[in-house]
Amino acid sequence: MDIDLLIRQLINSLNTGSIYALVAIGYTMVYGIIRLINFAHGEIMMFGAYFAFVIATSLPVELPFFLIVIISMGLAALMGIFSEKIAYKKLRTAPRISALITAIGMSLFLQNFAQLLFGATPKVMPRFITAAPIMIGNTAVSMVTVYTIFMSIIIMVLLTLFVKKTKAGKAMRAVSQDKDAALLMGININRIISLTFAIGSALGALGGIFYSVAYSQVYPTLGVMPGLKAFIAAVFGGIGNIGGAVLGGYTIGFIETMTKGYISSKWADAIVFSVLILVLLFKPSGILGKNVKEKV
Amino acid sequence: MLKVENLHVYYGAIHAIKGVNFEVAQGEIVTLIGSNGAGKSTILKTISNLLKKTEGNIMFLDQNLETYEPHKLVEMGISHVPEGRRVFPGLTVLENLQMGAYTRKDKTEIAEDLEMVFRRFPRLKERISQSAGTLSGGEQQMLAMGRALMSRPKILLLDEPSMGLAPLLVDEIFSIITDINQTGTTILLVEQNANRALHVSHKGYVLETGKIIASGDSKDLLNDEKVKEAYLSA
Repeated sequence: MDIDLLIRQLINSLNTGSIYALVAIGYTMVYGIIRLINFAHGEIMMFGAYFAFVIATSLPVELPFFLIVIISMGLAALMGIFSEKIAYKKLRTAPRISALITAIGMSLFLQNFAQLLFGATPKVMPRFITAAPIMIGNTAVSMVTVYTIFMSIIIMVLLTLFVKKTKAGKAMRAVSQDKDAALLMGININRIISLTFAIGSALGALGGIFYSVAYSQVYPTLGVMPGLKAFIAAVFGGIGNIGGAVLGGYTIGFIETMTKGYISSKWADAIVFSVLILVLLFKPSGILGKNVKEKV
Repeated sequence: MLKVENLHVYYGAIHAIKGVNFEVAQGEIVTLIGSNGAGKSTILKTISNLLKKTEGNIMFLDQNLETYEPHKLVEMGISHVPEGRRVFPGLTVLENLQMGAYTRKDKTEIAEDLEMVFRRFPRLKERISQSAGTLSGGEQQMLAMGRALMSRPKILLLDEPSMGLAPLLVDEIFSIITDINQTGTTILLVEQNANRALHVSHKGYVLETGKIIASGDSKDLLNDEKVKEAYLSA
């Protein structure tokens, strides 16, 4: 067995997995708080990539990569907040299918809006990180990959601390568990929902930037496939559960990369989608998801 | 302190509350009793702005509650312990209590109140880092009450605090209610257990299918023939 190839594939799967995990967190947080599968999340991811592209290519000054990332994440966060206020807020008490259909509509709208703004032809994403690759054994690992993996992990640790330790994070969990009771605590539900969309969208944008830098391209349907896979990752780990989204992201990244590397790249998508079917058949609540029993 | 005037509430087409008037004075325990479906919880939920009224006024400390968003009521001094406890099952006991103090910023006083809650409910301290979903029904009721006290309410709205609890725990809950009242918190108590509720309260209102059919001092209601027959016979 070729050890170098295996190392290469493992690093690739960490890279892909980090991106899926970042995007899956957005799906899972929004689902946790308003029980909505936000199918427009992949498009927020795509817009995040476009924001970075526009800032990098059309400003007269050259900004450092970190600043570009932070501004893009901020813009995507605003976009997430507005999409909720415009499209989903009115549907909070409506049947869930109505909100779901609206999310699909929002997704199509944003794809076409991006096409209108930026054109349908793919743009070349700047490389941003040009430092020399580092060597692991005989394998060269690009700095883009190193950044993607480490920044994702740092962000995920920070998010976990935020949700576990801070007042706003606890309020977020309280709202996701019982909205009326949260209201009776004096928690401003609307603000917590906006915060959730902001964080989810910012992480999605970060995933989109890493994705488009890895493939050197940005285009209006960029969010569709990775968005779908991140959704599968969220379901795999147990939707509504942040740890589950991370686990799911890395698992789906691993399965996809290994299939591409050792079986056939044509089969990769089919196998990833069969994972969704298998999870829904055998453990619909996901690997870490649990059905909370209520006491009367 | 709290004044409800000519309150009407609809659930869709159903006229659930039909012109209810009552008043809670500072320092009192006032109870709303009545059978299942009489509209007791509906009234509490309407006071907390979880439900919209179609007519009437709810005044708290001379302010009309209508103009306030639901999440502002806690800051005004209204704390509601909902029916079925509604603790946050995935949060620990401590986190649940912290959520009770969500609107407050005075860290040292919050810490004092936390100690006060633990003195009142020692069982909660033993379970401080356990998630609330794993507590027994009685413990969850204590947690829900402790959580409500963490906002330092002027008035506490209690919805069926004794529901589903063993008799021994019911005694404990009612003695805690008296105790909370004696330390200066006004209480509006909704109960199906009319006998117990009238024994701890100062004033009572009897609710039947959305209307108040009797009211007065709790002592008098306990001796009222009609009330006795309908609600205290068991």
